[in-house]
Amino acid sequence: MSLLSTLARLQAVRSGVAQPLATVRHRHLSERPFVLVPLAAAGETGAPLAVLLGQDRQHPRLLTVPQPLDRDLRFAFLARVGDELLPYLESFGGDVELLERSVKDPESGEKTVEVRELCADAPQLVVPNPGGVELLGLFGRSTRFRRTAEDPDPGPYPAPARVPLLGRWLTHVSDRANVPGSSMLLPLTTTLARHWATGQSSLEDAHLGALLAWISPPEGGRGEEAALRAENGRDERGQLLVPPAGPATDPDFDSLLLAPAITRYDAARAAQDERLTQARAEEIDALLGAVLLPVWHQVWQGLDLLRTLPPGAHVADRWESDRWSYTGHRDRVAAGEPPQPLHDDAVTAARRLAQREREQVRVDLEEALDDPLAMAEHRLAGQAFAGEVVEVQPAYDTSGRSPKPRPLVTVRTEDRPHLDPGGEAHRAGGPASQKAQLVELDAEAGLLTLRLLNGMGRKKEPEPGTVPEPGEQVCFTLFELAPRQSAPLPDPEDTPWTHGGPPK
Amino acid sequence: MNHSTHPRVDQPLTPLEARLTALRGGAAARSMDARALAALAANPGCDRRAVLDAAGVDKAALAARLGSPAAFGQSPFAITRGLVFERRLRAERCTELAALLRRELLPEEAAQLPVAVPDLLAAEGPAVRAARTRTALVEAVSDAAAGRAWTLLDRPLLRLEVAGSAVSLEPDAIVIGPDERWTVVEIKSFPILDGGADPAKVGAAARQAAVYVLALRATAMALDPAATTTAGNAAGAGATPHAATASSASGADEAGRSEQGPSAPASDVVSARPAGLPVSPYAEPAGLAAAVRTTGLLVCPRDFSNAAVAAPLDLRKQLAVTRRQLARMTRIETLLAVLPEGARLDEAPGAVDSLAHAYAPDCLAACELAFHCRSQARAAGAVEVLGRGVRGELGSLTTVEAALAATAAGGALARAARLREEALAR
Amino acid sequence: MTTPSPSSPATSTPTSTPTPTPGEQADAAVAAILAAALHGGERGTVVDSPPGAGKSTLVVRAARELVATGERLMIVAQTNSQVDDLVDRLAEADPALAVGRLHGSDALPSEIAMRHPGVVASTKVGDLRELPVVVSTAAKWQWVKETDPWRHAIVDEAYQMRSDALLAVARLFERALFVGDPGQLDPFSIVGTDDWAGQHHDPSQSAVVTLLAHNPGIVPHRLPVSWRLPASAAPLVSDAFYPFTPFRAGTEPGDRRLELGPPTTASGTTLEQAADEVLDVAAESGWGLLELPARLTVRTDPEAVAAVAAVVARLLARGGTAHSERGSAPVDADRIAVGTAHRDQAAAVRGALAALGVTGVTVDTANRLQGREYDVTVVLHPLSGRPDATAFHLETGRLCVLASRHRHACIVVTRAGIPELLDAHPSTEPVQLGVVSKFPDGWEANHAVLEHLRRFRVPVR
Ligand code: SF4
Repeated sequence: MSLLSTLARLQAVRSGVAQPLATVRHRHLSERPFVLVPLAAAGETGAPLAVLLGQDRQHPRLLTVPQPLDRDLRFAFLARVGDELLPYLESFGGDVELLERSVKDPESGEKTVEVRELCADAPQLVVPNPGGVELLGLFGRSTRFRRTAEDPDPGPYPAPARVPLLGRWLTHVSDRANVPGSSMLLPLTTTLARHWATGQSSLEDAHLGALLAWISPPEGGRGEEAALRAENGRDERGQLLVPPAGPATDPDFDSLLLAPAITRYDAARAAQDERLTQARAEEIDALLGAVLLPVWHQVWQGLDLLRTLPPGAHVADRWESDRWSYTGHRDRVAAGEPPQPLHDDAVTAARRLAQREREQVRVDLEEALDDPLAMAEHRLAGQAFAGEVVEVQPAYDTSGRSPKPRPLVTVRTEDRPHLDPGGEAHRAGGPASQKAQLVELDAEAGLLTLRLLNGMGRKKEPEPGTVPEPGEQVCFTLFELAPRQSAPLPDPEDTPWTHGGPPK
Repeated sequence: MNHSTHPRVDQPLTPLEARLTALRGGAAARSMDARALAALAANPGCDRRAVLDAAGVDKAALAARLGSPAAFGQSPFAITRGLVFERRLRAERCTELAALLRRELLPEEAAQLPVAVPDLLAAEGPAVRAARTRTALVEAVSDAAAGRAWTLLDRPLLRLEVAGSAVSLEPDAIVIGPDERWTVVEIKSFPILDGGADPAKVGAAARQAAVYVLALRATAMALDPAATTTAGNAAGAGATPHAATASSASGADEAGRSEQGPSAPASDVVSARPAGLPVSPYAEPAGLAAAVRTTGLLVCPRDFSNAAVAAPLDLRKQLAVTRRQLARMTRIETLLAVLPEGARLDEAPGAVDSLAHAYAPDCLAACELAFHCRSQARAAGAVEVLGRGVRGELGSLTTVEAALAATAAGGALARAARLREEALAR
Repeated sequence: MTTPSPSSPATSTPTSTPTPTPGEQADAAVAAILAAALHGGERGTVVDSPPGAGKSTLVVRAARELVATGERLMIVAQTNSQVDDLVDRLAEADPALAVGRLHGSDALPSEIAMRHPGVVASTKVGDLRELPVVVSTAAKWQWVKETDPWRHAIVDEAYQMRSDALLAVARLFERALFVGDPGQLDPFSIVGTDDWAGQHHDPSQSAVVTLLAHNPGIVPHRLPVSWRLPASAAPLVSDAFYPFTPFRAGTEPGDRRLELGPPTTASGTTLEQAADEVLDVAAESGWGLLELPARLTVRTDPEAVAAVAAVVARLLARGGTAHSERGSAPVDADRIAVGTAHRDQAAAVRGALAALGVTGVTVDTANRLQGREYDVTVVLHPLSGRPDATAFHLETGRLCVLASRHRHACIVVTRAGIPELLDAHPSTEPVQLGVVSKFPDGWEANHAVLEHLRRFRVPVR
C-alpha cells in the first residue's frame, strides 16, 4: 500500500466512512451487465451449489443443485446456467464494426488492405469477489473438455450439449479477468476497493458486506459498526444477518440448515416419491435463495456506487481491448478450434505474461493520466511533478542544418522529483510523447527549468499549443507514458531446445 | 487430518505445567498436535497466543466467553468429504494408499517387493501406541535391510518433548522404503488440480509434516544403537552444538531405556529440548536419524475426482522454521509472569488482556481470538488494524491519531495530505 | 572488476597436491567449463559463480577460446552497462579482436567501450554479423530478425535473465554457455504469475531454472573461489547465502590490509566518533556494524541516513590505503559504494553526502549494485528501523548483493532491534507444488549475517 492510500484509510477511520481513492471510474461498466452470485459446494472441488443470475435487477433467476454429490444434477445445473448465460454471451457477436488495416504480404512484400471485424460491444459479467471469478474458472475447467451425446464417442457420462461450450466461454472470461485493466469479468470487491479506501485492512475489504458498510454506512451510523454487524452479526437461529457473498457458504448455515435439508431431499429421492422430492428441492431453493438474494442486491448497490463516478478518459480504450478479446474468442469458437488446453506451452505462457505486463503498465499510466489522485501517487513517490509554468524562454538547437525549437520552461512545484540535471521527463497532458530534459534545479525555491526536446513540429518556431504558457498548470513524469512493445516470440512449433523444443 | 487429542502422560506436573493447567481452570488441555505446533509460526510475535497455545487453552471457547466468537468453522460437507477420502485410502489395510506409495516412492526394481502394514494398536493408549510404533520402526528397518519388505506405518504415534511437556503426534503415515529411508506422508483433502494446489494450504501441510520429521528424527535417535554423545545432535529440534551437550545425556539415556517398552511410560518421551540457534539451519543429523528424508509426500484428491495423487514436498525450510519456533517455546515462563497469580481463564477470561497481543489483520484467518484482539487494537487506535504493511509506511507513528496529527507537521505525510486535497478539490 | 587468478590459468599444469591452492582449484574448474562449452555432449553449459569468483574473467577467456575455433560468437548480457563493461574487457584482453557492439537507438554505447579501435557499434545487426564477436543486451537481441544462427553464445548474468527473454533469443544460437550468480536477486514480474507456477517453462522464472528443467543432462559447474571477497567475508557469505554450494576466498587472512589515516580530530560529534570507531573495527576485521538506538522509523530514517553519510565522509577524510595482492592503492571515492534497499533511501543518502561536500561515491540500490565491486562498502541494512519484515526486505538476494560487493571491508549501518523483528516475523510462506525451493530462506540468511556482525558492533549513543 502507498502512503497516499494509507492516509486515505486513516481519514476513513476518523470520519467513519470510506474515503475516495479515485476521482473517476477506472473500469468500464456495461449498460446491460450480467450479474452472477455463485455458490460452491463445500469440500467438493469446483462443484456448484447454487447461483443467482441474470440481467434484470428485479427478477434474478435462481438455479440450485439439491444434491451436490450427484454428477447428473451438477451437469443439469450447468446446462441451465448455459441456457441463461450463453444467449447473453452470444448476443454481442452479431453487431460488428469493420476495421481496415494494411498488411504486408511476407512473401511478395506487397501491401494489401485487410478488413477485420470488431464487435461493437462485449459482454460484461459481474461477480461479488475474486472467489467468484475463480469458481467460474473452475466450472470452465471441469466442463470444457466434456464429451456430449453429439460427440462421435460420447463416453460413459455424456454432458448436456451446450455444457462444453459454456466451459470454453467461462474459461475465456476468467482468463481475461487476469489481464490488468480488463472489465469483461468484474469482481466487485476489488473494483470497489480500487475506488474507495475504508477504515479497515484490505483483507477485510474482501468481505463485500463489510466493504459496502464502509462505503455507504447506514444513516447516522459509522462504517466500523456497520462492518462488524455485516461480518458476524447473527440472528436467534445462529445464522449470519448478512450472508457471505460466496462462493463459500457459512459453515453454520451448512450444518444447521442446508445439511438437514439435503438429507430430507435424499430420503425423498430414495423413497422415489417424486412429489415429495420436488417439495424438498424447493425447500433447498428457498434456503439458498434466502442467502443469495441479499448478496444480489449488494452487487447492484455496488454497481450503483461505481456509476456515481464519471468514467476515466481511457476507460473506453481499454474496453476496446476487451471487445477485441471477445471478438477473437467468438471467432475461435466459430472456427471449431479445440477448447483451451490445460497448460500453456512455453511460447503461449510467455506471450500471455508479456500481454499482462504490458496491460499492467498501460493501466497504471492511463489511470495516472485520467485521475489526479492516481498521479498524486507518482508525485509523492518523486516519479512525477506538477506545478505552474513561471517562465518560458525561446531557445534553439542550431547543431543541424536548420534550427529546431528547444524552449526552456521553468516550472514552480512543491513536489520533489528524483530528477537530477540531465535527466529526462515526459509531459503528461501535452503533445503526445513530448520529452524534456532537466537543465537547472533550484530545490529551495522549487523551481525546475526544463528544455523541451520534441513534439513541437518541424518548423523553427514551435507549433501553437505545443509549448506551455506562463501561468499554465503542467505535469511531467519521470517514466515514459506509453508501454513498451513486447519483443517478438517464436511460433510454438519453433520452441527452442532451451525450452524443451516444440510441444508434443 | 489429525483430529485426535491425547491425554498427557501421567507424571507429576512441573511448576510450569501446574501454572498452565491452572490457567485453563482445570479444563482438559487441548493437546498440542502437529497442527498447533505448525501454527506457532503464524504470529510468533504474539505473547498472548504463545501462552494460550502452550497452556492448551481452547481459544475458540475463550473467544466466545469474551464475547467475540471466532468466525471459524468447517462445513460438515467438507469434513465428510475429507473422511471419505481418507477412509478409502486406508480401506483393507491401506491397499490403495500402499499402491500409490509404491508407485511414488519405490524404485522400479523394488516394484514387486511386498509391503508390510503392521498393526499399530490404534485402540490403545498413547504410551502403548508410541512403544508399538518404535518396535514397528525397528522391524521395518530390519525388513528393509534384509530385502524382505518395505513398510507402511498407518497412523503411527510419535512423542516429542516441547518446552518440557510431552506431545503426542500422529502422522498420517510413514514409509520405510527398501533403501531404509523414512518418508513422512501427509494426507489432505484439498485437491491437486492439474498439478497445482492452493499454496497457502500446501504451506500449512509442509509445516505440519516438518513437525513429524522432527519427531521422527528424535525417535530414530533414541532407537539408534550407535547413539553417542554426538547423537544428541541428531534430535531435529536440537541440532546445535549447545543442544548437543544439553540433550545428549538424556538422549543416550532414552536410547538405553527405550527397550523397556510400554512399562516405562516416562521413557517414551524423547528429549528434544531446543537451545540457541542452529549453526546451519539446514544441518542434517547423523546416525539413524539421517534415515528420515527431508522430502515429505503430500497425498491429495486428484482434480475433480476422488482418486488420490501424490506430490513431493521439500521440507528443509519448514524444518528450520519449526525448529526455531520450538526453541522459542521456552520463553513461556517469562511471559506468564505478567499474569496475576492463580489466574483462571474460565472464570475471568478478561485476564487474557494482561498478555500483550500483536494483532494484525492476518490474525483473522489464523487465530480464534482475532475479533477480540481487533477490537482492542481498534480501541487503542493502533495503525496495525489497517494492515501489517501500514506500519512500515508510518514508522514511529503507531496510532491513527498521531499519524493524522503528523499531516500538519511537515514531512511525507503532510505532502501526502496536500496532494490528496489538491486532487480531490478538482 | 574481478581479480584474475594469481596463477595464470593458461600456464598452470594440473598438480596432484592433496590440497590444491585456490588458484589451482579455480583453474581446474575453468578448464572443465571450457571443455564442456566447446565439446560437451549438451548444447548448454551452466556455470554458477559466487560473488567475485572470476565470472567476467571466465567470460572473456571463454569468448577468446570460442572465437579461436573460427566460429562466430554472440554474447548476451542483461543491462547496457554490463554490455559496455564486457566489450571493454574483451578489447582490453585482445586489442586485435573485432568486437561488435549492438545497441538500441536510444541507448548509445559508453565511451569506455568505444575507446578501443577494434570495437564497432551499430544499431543494425547486419553491420556486425560477420564480426567474430557481437555483444548486446537480451532486450536488444530479442528484436534481431531471422538470421543464420550463431554457433556459440555466452549468456552473462543468466540467473538475472528471465525465462521468456531466453525464449525470445534462443533461436539465435546453437550452443550456449550460461554464466551467473544464483545467490543474487531473482528476476521478477510486475503481475501475478501463479498461472504458471511449478511448470518447467514458467516464463517469469530465471532462464537457468527453465533451461535445467528442460535439459536434465546439464550439470552446473561451479567456480569455487571468490577473488573479490576477502578471507574475512567469504566464509560468512558462503555459509549464509550458499549453504549447499560452499566456496572459499582466493586470499588468506592478512593478504589484504586496509590502512586508515588517524582520526583527524578527537573532538567530533558523537556520531563522527562512532563512525571513526566503526571504521577502525572494519579496517581491522573486514566488518563493522554501526548500531543506532532501536526505534521504528520511516524508510528514509534521517538519523540512519546521516550515519551512513558520516561513515563515508570520515573514511574519505581520513584517507585510506588498500593493500592487496594487486598492490597498494588509495581508497578514493570511486572505490567506495553505499548500498540501500530502496531508491528513496539512496536518494536521501546522496542528498546527505552532497550536504557534506562528498562527491564521486556510488550510492545505489542492491538491484543496481549487482555485479559491481568496491574496496569498501557502506550498507544501510534493509530491515533497519522497520516495524515489520516483508518478503521484499527479507529477500536473500538483496542482502547477499549488499554484503558481497567489497574487497576489503563492509560496514553495515542499522537500528538496533532487528533480531526481535525477525523473531516476530510470521513464517507462513505459501508453497507452490513443483517449484524448486530456493535456499537459503531470507530469515535464516539475515539471522546468520546479524549473528556474525554482532561481534563488530559499535553503538551510537
Ligand atoms: S488474534 Fe490475538 S492472540 Fe491471536 S495471534 Fe492475533 S494478536 Fe495474538
